[in-house]
Amino acid sequence: MWKWLHPYANPEVSYHFCGKLIPWLSALSLLLLSTGIVWALAFAPADYQQGDSFRIFYIHVPAASLSMGIYFGMAIAAFTSLVWQFKLADASAAAMAPVGATFTAIALITGAAWGKPMWGTWWIWDARLTSELILLFLYLGVIALHSAFEDKALAGKAAGILTLVGSINLPIIKYSVEWWNTLHQGSTVSKLGKPSMSVDMLWPFLFCFLGFALLVGLIICIRFRSEILTRNSVRPWVKSLVAEHTSSSKVAENK
Amino acid sequence: MSIANLSYRAVFSLVLKRDLTIAMRHKDDIINPLLFFVIVITLFPLGIGPEAQTLSRIAPGIIWVAALLSTLLSLDRLFKSDHDDGSLEQMLLSPQPVFILVLAKIVAHWLITGLPLILIAPLLAVLLHLNEQSYGALMLTLLLGTPVLSLLGAIGVALTVGIKKGGVLLSLLVLPLYIPVLIFATSAIDTAALGLPYSGQLAIIAALFFGSLTLAPFAVGAALKVSTN
Repeated sequence: MWKWLHPYANPEVSYHFCGKLIPWLSALSLLLLSTGIVWALAFAPADYQQGDSFRIFYIHVPAASLSMGIYFGMAIAAFTSLVWQFKLADASAAAMAPVGATFTAIALITGAAWGKPMWGTWWIWDARLTSELILLFLYLGVIALHSAFEDKALAGKAAGILTLVGSINLPIIKYSVEWWNTLHQGSTVSKLGKPSMSVDMLWPFLFCFLGFALLVGLIICIRFRSEILTRNSVRPWVKSLVAEHTSSSKVAENK
Repeated sequence: MSIANLSYRAVFSLVLKRDLTIAMRHKDDIINPLLFFVIVITLFPLGIGPEAQTLSRIAPGIIWVAALLSTLLSLDRLFKSDHDDGSLEQMLLSPQPVFILVLAKIVAHWLITGLPLILIAPLLAVLLHLNEQSYGALMLTLLLGTPVLSLLGAIGVALTVGIKKGGVLLSLLVLPLYIPVLIFATSAIDTAALGLPYSGQLAIIAALFFGSLTLAPFAVGAALKVSTN
């Protein structure tokens, strides 16, 4: 049943497969993001309460949900690598971690920028903000552990264990933070709440969301390819790739 | 009797005794984290001001944060010396299950660092004017919560034991995982101060305790295998 998946365990096949994906992903995400963002920032109707400042929503929400989605993807990759000893899964987790951390940071920064005009403060110890901040710490821990090991294979295994521990802890942290907030102070934020959206606001959001998701896919593909190359730098196929590349650039110079 | 035939209980008590004996011969390993705990707690009144009302409001948080930090400080000794002299590798190579060995080492760590901390905590609570109704909650949360700190911390140490400058990295890895314990423990103590029942929070800390007791040793074992390579 899973036999079609087997060839991709070969780094060379995966490398070329990602190479084929890159033009599609870049074209689609460029198309979706350019239309989605122009639509969202210029043409979508302003919110009746929040005015134009709600438009940051179109970047904030995709970034926030992708930041969690990437962690989920990392956890799956870590699990695959630990259970089936699938080495490429480590490389993909290593490719995902910095992307996820960046999107978490984007979500936090845009959230702060949104909070200033809406709540009158840059930061509020709201449950969602706090758990997003902790998610950032978890990402940074995984990245730090990756860079602490010199041996990439060991680094991948160690970071995989940490990712799995974090993925068990993440829901616990999320619920404990929610409970902590409701215990300590009345919820001041839920009044703003999530307004059910009108359709002309929803469509540009879907464009933006899909565009950002494809952009994440694109960046991960590029990083995954370079991870594969660094991990397999002594393999003949990588050497022949390099030789091809240098000879073709020499030909270009001679012309 | 060959070592392969030892029962799980015998292995557990052997490792436990060994670790306790080593700790007893290096008493500063026990005393230094405790001193750190006491000093951190004395710093807060100096920094915030001596008003009894403020102090009693923030006492649960201070005691628990200081407990987290002093546990973090003591974690390093859990596997470090065994890793350096190679006995950790021998343990992993032995026919006994890693789960038992790791659990014994964590229990020893808790007995050495967690238990003295619990014993000294009421004294420090007096210094911080902790609400009188909260003492029971403080002791119970520490009793259930500090083993969780040792168990989760062991995962972090096991991951970083092979790295030269693992100390700072360890805090980055472990402290986010400690957040639920901190939240529920301080909330239990706060609730107790109001005279309300806090069994809900205690139940959750107990759940964290049993969850980490059953899962953490596996993660520690896997991490040690990575670290010893």
